[in-house]
Amino acid sequence: MKNKSTVKHRVDEESATIINDGTTNPIKIELKNTSFVLRDKEPKQLAIEAKGLVKKFGEKRAVDGVDLAIPKGTVYGFLGPNGAGKTTTIRILSTLLKPDDGRVSILGYDLANEADEIRKRVSLTGQFASVDEDLSGLENLVMIGRLLGFSRKEAKERAWELLSAFALEEAGKQQVKNYSGGMKRRLDIAASIVVTPELLFLDEPTTGLDPRSRNQVWDIVRMLVSLGTTVLLTTQYLDEADQIADRIAVIDHGRIIAEGTSRELKASVGTGVFQLRLKVPEESERAEEVLSGKLQTEIHFSSTDSSAMSAQVTNTALVAEAISELTKEGIEVIDFSLGQPSLDEVFLSLTGNPPEEKGSEGYQERNHHTEGGG
Amino acid sequence: MAESFSNSSNAIDNMDNEKLRKALLIRERPKKANAITNTLTFGWRALLKIKYIPEQLLDVTVFPIMFLLMFTYLFGGAIAGSTGDYLQFLLPGILVMTVVTITMYTGMELNNDIRKGIFDRFRSLPIWRPSVLVGALFVDAVRYTIASAIMITLGLILGFRPEGGVVGVLLGVGLLVLFSFSLSWIWTTLGLILRSEKSLMGVSMMVLFPLTFVSNVFVDPRTLPSWLVGFVDVNPISLVVTAVRGLMHGVATSEQIAWVLIASLVITVIFAPLTMFLYKNKK
Ligand SMILES: Nc1ncnc2c1ncn2[C@@H]1O[C@H](COP(=O)(O)OP(=O)(O)OP(=O)(O)O)[C@@H](O)[C@H]1O
Ligand SMILES: [Mg+2]
Repeated sequence: MKNKSTVKHRVDEESATIINDGTTNPIKIELKNTSFVLRDKEPKQLAIEAKGLVKKFGEKRAVDGVDLAIPKGTVYGFLGPNGAGKTTTIRILSTLLKPDDGRVSILGYDLANEADEIRKRVSLTGQFASVDEDLSGLENLVMIGRLLGFSRKEAKERAWELLSAFALEEAGKQQVKNYSGGMKRRLDIAASIVVTPELLFLDEPTTGLDPRSRNQVWDIVRMLVSLGTTVLLTTQYLDEADQIADRIAVIDHGRIIAEGTSRELKASVGTGVFQLRLKVPEESERAEEVLSGKLQTEIHFSSTDSSAMSAQVTNTALVAEAISELTKEGIEVIDFSLGQPSLDEVFLSLTGNPPEEKGSEGYQERNHHTEGGG
Repeated sequence: MAESFSNSSNAIDNMDNEKLRKALLIRERPKKANAITNTLTFGWRALLKIKYIPEQLLDVTVFPIMFLLMFTYLFGGAIAGSTGDYLQFLLPGILVMTVVTITMYTGMELNNDIRKGIFDRFRSLPIWRPSVLVGALFVDAVRYTIASAIMITLGLILGFRPEGGVVGVLLGVGLLVLFSFSLSWIWTTLGLILRSEKSLMGVSMMVLFPLTFVSNVFVDPRTLPSWLVGFVDVNPISLVVTAVRGLMHGVATSEQIAWVLIASLVITVIFAPLTMFLYKNKK
């Protein structure tokens, strides 16, 4: 396959799988027997490219040398604690704030000179409700539609279309101040896609939302991306970045301290916490022997519960083996959990310091399993 | 009221993926709206706010009526010999005072928007940037006109007989609205600088209170001690009151009117660009 332009394959769906997860430039095609990789002539276009971005507020460097290269059609997550500089970065990228230093190109347009072109293609949903709470949901959307150039009739049609798609039809004529948090957030996002943008910024879109509303926001984001919009969102939760972002930048003190897919980040942190409880406390010594043999790590005993123990694990695949080993030995486990590394642990491992402040308690996510009989 | 739908059943709150897909699929962008459409849209927004918060109109209705009645009947006799005579003198003055006081609304609204996220949204839209302010200021002009109409109607009922006739009254109101429009730019400037709505309110009261009271709104300056007369004479509020009163009673000189026009122009030339500059460069 020396000259790929002359090679023509008829590929039917049964015999081939085309793998393009949107994050990588090469498109991989697996045929039944062979597999080969097609590369675009040009590398995938970037939605955002930034070099050496700096923003100072007085002495404080809120953004301190940020570089970004975000491919089109992906979800990119900024992950960081309060005051990390997420909002400031987003405000710079969405033309609201002038950087003190650095070069930025958004969708191929220069931020410093072509802000108007950028504004046409980009939308922002800020951290705090960026809708008019005194007006109704409908009026908010009509207003944005009119500002963007729709006629009165078109603006109204578009507004109802969005309200109905975002499950806000019932509340369309109510003042926004009476909306629940989740409804407000959805309206806020709807206002950003009255004209579906090429690039959408979402600043902490799910902070303060219940799990259901959070899922709705994620659904919207996924749908947008599947239709070609690039999304840059910020979050304080590793869990969220994990669920929705193709790539994640971990930000602290205005700097990107780590970048990669969530798998890469977690791998770089390496450890998760494995916890379990035995049915019979007396078996704990035997259990320790089995576990430390399998997991190759130190086993800690709980000081309050003699049947509970925990371990830091680097290779989570070993956990399953350890459990089945215990079962083989006749040691009954009544409860076990394997925790992802928490944001705290990511920070600890990346900076050697825990994050200075915490937004809320929701940093840690645990995949919890309970076994009935063992 | 809030609970009626935020606690609604899940069925209502469920998003329909197919609808969502269809709504997001549409990507055509309409032709960019022009500056006038933008301005009218923001004007519409300000009108909607009056619809939802009619209390806003209290300041332009109840208070001036109270003032007018209070001063006419309480001091009319003492100040001018008779309530009827005093009303002829007082009404244009109170009108100016009322309208000038409500000029600070736009500044307060703007300050409010900034502290909420909506300011960011407007600034990230591809629109003619001054339209946010100009639209709101036009609606204020509507508010000034409403206030004027109420006052003058009440005045006519109480016995106000403007010698300048309908034309004189209309010209007087027009001049006042023009001056107030330019004055609003000062409050928008401050609205962009000051941290909170309250501090803006404080500052504007501090400025407006002495300006309106130590003026010729209530009394003829000739009755004042001479050191005060100096101040009253250069007080821009006095200039406006003199011109408006003159127009309504058909005795205004072109010099008096020219002073108001100059004052309006100077204020606008300084504060409108300053507002826009601050608006563009707001952190
Ligand atoms: N307008 C401003 N003036 C002065 N300092 C500011 C301003 N905006 C932000 N900062 C400071 O810059 C730093 C970064 O703030 P930023 O809002 O970007 O953080 P963030 O990551 O969005 O935090 P959060 O999770 O709380 O939203 C903070 O220390 C903040 O105090
Ligand atoms: Mg923030």
